[in-house]
Order: sequence, then structure tokens, then C-alpha cells
Amino acid sequence: MTDAAAPHEKVMPESEAAPPDPTLGIEARPELHKVGMICFLVSEASFFSTLIMAYVIFLRHGSETGPTPAQVFTLPLVLVNTAALILSSFTVHFAEKALHAGKTAAFRLLWLATIVLGTGFLVGTMYEWNELIHTHGLTIGVNMFGSTYYTLVGFHAFHVTIGVISLAAVLLVSLRGELRGAHPMPVTLVGWYWHFVDVVWVFVFLVVYVVGR
Amino acid sequence: MLALLAAATAPENLSTFSPASPAAEWTRELFVLVAAITGGILLLVEGILFYALIRCRRRTGPADAEPPQVYGSKPIEIAWTLAPLIVVFVLVLLVGRVLWEVRPDPVAASAGVQPLHVTVIGHQWWWEYRYDSYDGRDLGGIVTANELHIPVSPPNGVQRPVYLNLQSADVCHSFWIPRLGGKTDLLPGRANTMWLQANEPGLYLGQCAEYCGTQHANMLLRVVVESPEDFEKYLAAEAKPAADPTDKVALANKEAFRSQSCVNCHTVRDKQDTRANGTFGPDLTHLMARKTIAAGMIPNTPENLKKWVFSPESVKPGCLMAGFDLGEKDMKAVIDYLTTLK
Amino acid sequence: MATAEIEPTPAPAASPPPWTATLHEWLVTVDHKKIGVLYVLMAVVFLFLGGAAAIAMRLQLWAPGLTLVPPITFNQFFTLHGTTMVFFVGMPILIGIANYAVPLQIGARDMAFPRMNAFGFWTTFFGALLVYFSFLVPGGPPAIGWFAYAPLTENSFARGPGVDCWALGLIVSGIGTTTGGINFIATILCMRCPGMTLRKVPFFVWVMFWTSIQIVVVMPPLTAALTMLEFDRQLGAHFFDTQAGGSAYLWQHLFWFFGHPEVYILVLPAFGMISEVVPVFSRKVLFGYEFMAAATAAIVFISLGVWAHHMFSVGMSRTLDLFFVAATMLVSVPTGIKLFNWLATVYGGKLVLKSPMLFALGFLSMFVIGGLTGVILACAPIDFQVTDTYFVVAHFHWVLIGGTLFGVFSAIHYWYPKVTGRMLSERLAKWQFWLFLIGFIVTFAPMHFAGILGMPRRIYTYGSDRPWEIWNQIATIGALIQAPSYLIFGYNLVVSLWKGDVAGDDPWDAWTLEWATTSPPPPYNFAVVPVVKSRRPLWDAKHPDDPDWKYE
Repeated sequence: MTDAAAPHEKVMPESEAAPPDPTLGIEARPELHKVGMICFLVSEASFFSTLIMAYVIFLRHGSETGPTPAQVFTLPLVLVNTAALILSSFTVHFAEKALHAGKTAAFRLLWLATIVLGTGFLVGTMYEWNELIHTHGLTIGVNMFGSTYYTLVGFHAFHVTIGVISLAAVLLVSLRGELRGAHPMPVTLVGWYWHFVDVVWVFVFLVVYVVGR
Repeated sequence: MLALLAAATAPENLSTFSPASPAAEWTRELFVLVAAITGGILLLVEGILFYALIRCRRRTGPADAEPPQVYGSKPIEIAWTLAPLIVVFVLVLLVGRVLWEVRPDPVAASAGVQPLHVTVIGHQWWWEYRYDSYDGRDLGGIVTANELHIPVSPPNGVQRPVYLNLQSADVCHSFWIPRLGGKTDLLPGRANTMWLQANEPGLYLGQCAEYCGTQHANMLLRVVVESPEDFEKYLAAEAKPAADPTDKVALANKEAFRSQSCVNCHTVRDKQDTRANGTFGPDLTHLMARKTIAAGMIPNTPENLKKWVFSPESVKPGCLMAGFDLGEKDMKAVIDYLTTLK
Repeated sequence: MATAEIEPTPAPAASPPPWTATLHEWLVTVDHKKIGVLYVLMAVVFLFLGGAAAIAMRLQLWAPGLTLVPPITFNQFFTLHGTTMVFFVGMPILIGIANYAVPLQIGARDMAFPRMNAFGFWTTFFGALLVYFSFLVPGGPPAIGWFAYAPLTENSFARGPGVDCWALGLIVSGIGTTTGGINFIATILCMRCPGMTLRKVPFFVWVMFWTSIQIVVVMPPLTAALTMLEFDRQLGAHFFDTQAGGSAYLWQHLFWFFGHPEVYILVLPAFGMISEVVPVFSRKVLFGYEFMAAATAAIVFISLGVWAHHMFSVGMSRTLDLFFVAATMLVSVPTGIKLFNWLATVYGGKLVLKSPMLFALGFLSMFVIGGLTGVILACAPIDFQVTDTYFVVAHFHWVLIGGTLFGVFSAIHYWYPKVTGRMLSERLAKWQFWLFLIGFIVTFAPMHFAGILGMPRRIYTYGSDRPWEIWNQIATIGALIQAPSYLIFGYNLVVSLWKGDVAGDDPWDAWTLEWATTSPPPPYNFAVVPVVKSRRPLWDAKHPDDPDWKYE
């Protein structure tokens, strides 16, 4: 992981110039892109925890005016949406496996399926919001439920959008034949990000549609 | 040292080190004790540091040799982990004890205990008080502003604890009379309770202690502690409606006041009608019973009243009261009317 | 692996590059050293801005009833002073110094993500500019205090766009800080030179690792809270809009969940700096490295559970109060361990009282006072009395100046020769030190008494019936003593670039890897990636007969 040394300059004092201990220099260092991604996801988890906590806190305040969760949510749509997202976690997982096994075509197909499922989730969310706003009159300013709901679900949908764009970028790179090696880093990292977005959705689903209803 | 210095220079009105209530006394005792403990630690640390500084200047020993390298010592580390732990443990116990003393559960009225319940509402930048009950007697929410009167509760007599129900009409404020104990915040959308009890009669000062906007600095608090007899008299006087005008001039003055927009923000409880019933500003029914105006900023004199009505901005820049250029004649009438509100 | 771009060797002095080329080089740089310097320069500029606001406030409080600074301006000044000092001075200067030192200390050629590093600096910088842009909007800068208690920040009470500038600026710079934290963690975990296990990193590196973890965990909740605030203000949500069911209480919890760990983000790196300087200038190895390391981790974990000690007066239950009392006091134990270990390092050493050590000793003698007034404040009943008074103002300035700023000055005097190849003037440094130390004490010591005597913070004036005048006058005199020390510091930084003695690679005879390369280091830091066997590789090299690794 270190760069080739430029030999023209002596940096360490004399005594250190002796050949290094053979046990040194071979200790494994974690891959830095993975570490960076994990840190990023921890910060994202911290961000979403805050939003989820705010949602839970305002649940018990109830809504004096405007629609309540029980009045507006249509479970079938949400369940389909949730199923799509959870399924997409599997497709992304098997896509990666396919790539590791060298089956590029299977990888691309499963990867594309993930994109389709993610897009489907976004379309579902759009449909749901459209109904909430135009049928039930629930907007962000109507009551606390509207404020917390659109903020939490909106930020999640925003992350799904980023995820879909990243997935599409990886697919594009793969189609151009520029995804090298059996374990390309972008596939791993985007896969992680996608799993993270799905896990967040499980929490959002439980809090908003199960407990909060 | 800290305690001595603060006590020696303590003026009689605002020092947390001249307590006049059980809570403030408990707190001072704790403060002195903790200051002594931390002061001891401070002297120890600085002592070691300066001793090391004096002893370990470079001039000792051969010029180029490094001193012995000491990498650490487990027993020493464990010792100076445990010692602070013990200190912390003792301190937490102490704090727990005092915490329950200064924030006791409210007591109901009984023989020898005459609690007073007052609702305090913080506004930008003044205080509204509503007297709810005293000694189990419903007071029907007598409304007044900026100067809180409470009965004295001598250490060896009838206990007259005061329970404040703290609320806010706008932003966060904090109620704090240093000599009567610690502060409690007033948060919009949340009611806090605070216990107050004064050992001796007198005037106790304080001010809003949570930043609340432009005139936070002049949201002053005045608590008048009275004998039970005086306090009963005060309650009786405050409960009465505003004094009726007795002559023609006074009647005209009253009409002058009622025809101005003062009545949109201020209330004057009147027998006849409820024209002046605004609640945005302080209740003026017994304005002249208060020693100060503008939330404790300036003495309540006719000249100051005039200045205040004419140009509040010049007295308290940024305040929410509007100025009224009423003209010489109307201004005199309004001020004359206000000064009858005893 | 993406290391810094290898820059061409500088042209000979005879034909200096045109200034536009130099400017361009600095603006597009992804070199951790240049970015570090940019961070520090930004912080120094904002230090002067924040300091100017402080001087104006001190003058206004000289006597009762002064009208030098109007109320709204005063309130804007303390808001900007706090925001600036915490977000645009404290964090950038610490992150900047770490940006410079950490890769060098671990024998790496750059940070893990050089481009993200540049992104982090520029977002921090533009976030700061966005906050200061509020001077140009109707209504001017926000007047909300740096912790911006809701609902004073809502549209009903703060109509102009000043609060929006403030909130968006902090969101932007907060994202920059978070990327900085991520970068440090990846750098420290993945880029250490061969032989440098995590147990053998220089102590400053260890501390930056834990500080970064804290940044990654607590900055996002602030970002979330500020986002909610902006949703309230711009989209009509009601998170903190108490008139429509929002909660003022929630803001306080969210803010302080970030705000208290933030104090440790500001002081832990200073601990690390002191842990580098004290051993070198005592000529002794750091006493009890393992315990110091464990104490650092302990501080990070415990400090995540103490935030509500800023909220004792908010009317929580007594049980909750006591929990936060206990948690807060518990932090003082690992902090105490650190202090004792520094003292043990000094003790028995051969002290070299050069400027870095002077500031380090200033830290040791002053920080302990701030820590102990912290213990006093942790006692909830005492806090009921003196919270939101000048006692608190004195306390946290004693921590952030007595701790952070002394540590930062120590570090700058320590590493300036490495960065520039020149020594800072010792004479000027001594002048700065003594003016700074005396001015600091004279400014903030009287504030303890003003607080005990009932003076709330954030008041633009006070009545002549209040007994606070004398304490305020002493404090103002102190501020005027302090002020020139910063000017001397700035002058010294600039003038020593030309007039300073040539430093050489290792002017302090120190032991960590940054002193093994040239001053200033080449763009790639180390021609040969070093291999280390102990925490003090240069000690091993200088004392081959008695190397460190035998004892670790």
C-alpha cells in the first residue's frame, strides 16, 4: 500500500538504514476506501437516528389539526414499496456474488434489477406523496405529523435517489467494460451504501407505518 | 478563598453568597464545600507543577545527557485513577442529597403550611404573574406584572412555600432570584415548577437568565417579600377592580385613555366594562402599586410614565411597546388617568 | 493509490514563479500540508474577527448603561463571536494543524483522500463566508446566541435571512468537518508506515483518531437539527415552532448532544499537542502512554452521555439531573489521569523553556482551573445558581483559551519551523506569552465573581444598581492587555518567514517522524517510507544503545 520509494534522498538516520525486520511492513492495513465508506455510513446512521428520534418524539404529541397517520396511510402500497426495497438488497448481493464468480452478464442483469426496484420504490413514494398531498391535504406545514413525516421519508427517498444514480453509474462503467478485477471497489462500496439505505428503510417503516400508526 | 472574596464584597441584593432561603443556603453550603475540594486539588496540581519547574531546570546534570526515561508505572496510574473516582463518588452523593433539598416535592396546605401558587408567564421582555391560590384558598388568578409579592416564611414559623408554575408566551426565559435560590427556565409549550421561599422580608432582585432577544438585558425581576398581614392586604388590593373616577376631569381622563390604542394591548379591570382588555402587554389595573415600569428598568414616576408612553424606544431600545405621540393635552390626560390606578 | 500530485521541484530563487501561478497552486492544491496551512490561515483571520467583536463587547460593558454598542448589535456580536470561535477558529485551527502533522507523524505521503481533504477545507471556508454574508442581508447577522435556542430562531422572532445564513453556513461547514473526520480515521487506520501499529502511533495521532470518531458521530445530529430549523423557516415545518406544536426542548437536546462533545472535539486535539510538546521539552518519554490512550477513549465515550448538564435549569426530573451529574463528574477522572501523567512527564525531566514549552506550561497551569470550575458546575444545585451567568462564561473561556488556545499556540510554535524552515522569534514569542497569560487571567478571573454576584451572560448593559461594574472593568482591562498579544503573534508569523533563523530538519531534537524529513518537507514528505519499531523512532535512531522498543 505504500508507494515505490524514491531512493535519492536519505531521510532516516544511519542506524535505521539497516534492512528492516522482515516481520515489519507486512502487517495488514485495512483498505482505506472501505474504512472511509464505513465512517461515512456511521455519520449517515447518526443523521437518520436524529430524524427518527424526532419523529418518535412528536408521535406522542399527536396532531391537533389535520390528518393523522391512521387516516392517511394505505398499507398495500407501502408494503409493495418495502418489498421492492428489501428484494433489491438481495439482487445487489447476488449481483456482487455473480461478479466475484466472473459471470458478468448475470451481474449486469441483477444490478439492473436493483436499479429498477429502487426506481420502483421512488415511483411508489411519488404516488404516495401525491395522494397524501392532493387527497388528504397533508403537507409539511399542516401539522407536526406532516413536518416529521416528509422530513424523514423525504431524506430517505433522497438517499435512495443518490443510490439509484450511483448504481446506474456503476452499471454504465461495467457496460463500457471498464470495471476491472473480480472485486472492483465501486461495486462493493455502492453495494454497502444500498444495503445501508435498505436498513434505514426497515427502521423508517417500523417507526412510521407500524408503531406510528 | 473564592467564598471569602465573594462574601466580603457581596452587596445585599444579588449575590448567590448571601442566601435568604433554604434552597439558596443549601446551594451556598455545597458551593463552599465543592470549591474547597476543587481548590485543594488545584493547589496540589499547581504545587507539583511549580515544584517540578523549579527542580527540573536544565542547568542540573551534565549538559548533553538525557534524563532517565520513565515509561510509566501501573500502581501509580491505578492510584491516581482511584483517588479521583472516590472524590467523584462522594461528590455525586453530596449533590444527590442537596438536589432533593433544593427541588422538593410540592407540599399541600395544612396546619403550619400555607403554600402560595403563582403562575409566571414570561414575555419578551416582561413578566406576567397570576396568583392562583394561597393557603388552599382559590385566588381566581389575580393578574399583575413585573413585581412579585410573596409572604415571608421564617425558618421557625409557619411555612409559606411559593410554587411558581413557569410558562412562556414566546421564547425561552429563565426565572432567577439569586438570593432565593437557583434558576428555572420558562419554555414555551412546557410548564415548569419552581419552589421559592424567603426567610426574611425585603426586596429581592434578579433578572431573566436565558437569552430571549433584544432586551434580554432589561427583563428585570423584583420580588417583594412581606409579612403575612401585608401580603393579605396586597392580595385584597390587587383583587379589586380599578378605582372609579370620582370627578369630571378624572372621567374625561379615563375616556382619553380608553379612546387610545393602549387598550388593545393592556388590560384595566373595570367594574363597568371590559374595553381595555388587551393581554399583549402588562395588566395596568393597579399600575401605581408597582415601584417601577418597563420591567424594573426605571422608577414609576409620572415623568417616567410620560417618557415611556411617548417614546419607549428611547428608554428600552427594541422593546415591543409602540410609542404614542398623543399631543400635550391627551398625553397629560392619559398620564393623569394612569396615576389614579392605585 | 491516490497520493498527492507530485509537484515539480520549485524553480530556482532567481526566477520566482509569477504570483498567479503560486495563487493557482494554493487554490487547487490537494497536498495535506498546504491544506493544513490554509486551514490555519483561515482560523487566524477569523480569530481576529471574533476577537474584534469581543473587544467591542468588553468596551460596552465597561460601565453601567453605556450606549457604545446598540443592543441588537451587541446581541449579533456575541452570536458571531461564539459561532466564529467554535466553528471557524477552534475546529479549523485544530483540524489544520492535524492535517499538517498527522500524515508526517505516521510516515505517510498524504491524507487518505486528498481531494476530499481539499473539499473539506473549502466547504468549511465557504460555510464561514456564508455566515458572514449575513452582514449584507436585511436585518443583518443573527442575534440568537451561538446555541440558538428555539423558538428565538423561528420566523416569528427572527424575520430577516440572517438566521438562514447562519444555519446554512453551519450545515455547509459541518459537512466539511465531517469529511475531515472521515479522512483522519481512514488515514490513521490505513496509512501508517510499516512497523507503526496502532499502539505505536504518536500520541497526537491517537488523539486525532478519537476526536475524528467523535466528529463523525456528533456532527450529523447538528446538521439534522439545523436542517429541521431551515425546514421550519423555509418550508413551513414546525419542528421548533412552539406555537404549532413544535418543541423548544427538543432543540436544546439536539444542540447539546452535538454541543458538549464539541467541547471535547475542541480540547482533545490540544491534549494531543501538549502530549507531543511536553515530553520533547522535558527530554522525557510521555509518562503512562497506555493509560493516556485509554483515558482518551474513555473521554470520548463518556462525553457522549453528558450533554444535558447544559440543561439542568430546563426543569428535568431530579433523577435525570443526577444521572447527568454523575456522568459529567466521571469525565473528570480520565481528564485527571491525563493531567497527572503530564505532570509526571515534566517531573524529573530537564526542562527546556522554549516558546512551545512555555505555552504548554501555560496550558497545564490554566486548563486545570477550567476543569475544576467544570466540576463545580457539574453539581446541579450550584449550576441552578450560576448557569447562564458570567461564571459559565469564565469557565468555558478558561477551557477553550486556557486549554485549546494555549495548546494551539504551543503547537504552532513547535511546528512552525517544520512548516516554514524558519524559527519564530523567541523574543516576540515570550512577549506574546506573558501578555497573553496575564491578559487572559485578568480578563476571565473577575467573571467568576461577576457570575457569583448574579450577572447573567448575554446582557448588553446593566443598571448602576448592580454591583458588577468593578469586575467588568477589570475584565475589560484584561482584554486590552490580551489584544496586543494576538497582534504580536500575527506579526511574528509573518516576519519570521523572512527574518527567522534557519531551522534545520530537527530544531527541537525531537523524536517523531515529522522531524526526520526536511523543513519544509518535500511534497511527497518522505523520499524513503520510514520503518519504525517504537513510538519514538528518532529516539531509537539517536540512542541506538538504548532504544525505546525494548521497553514498550
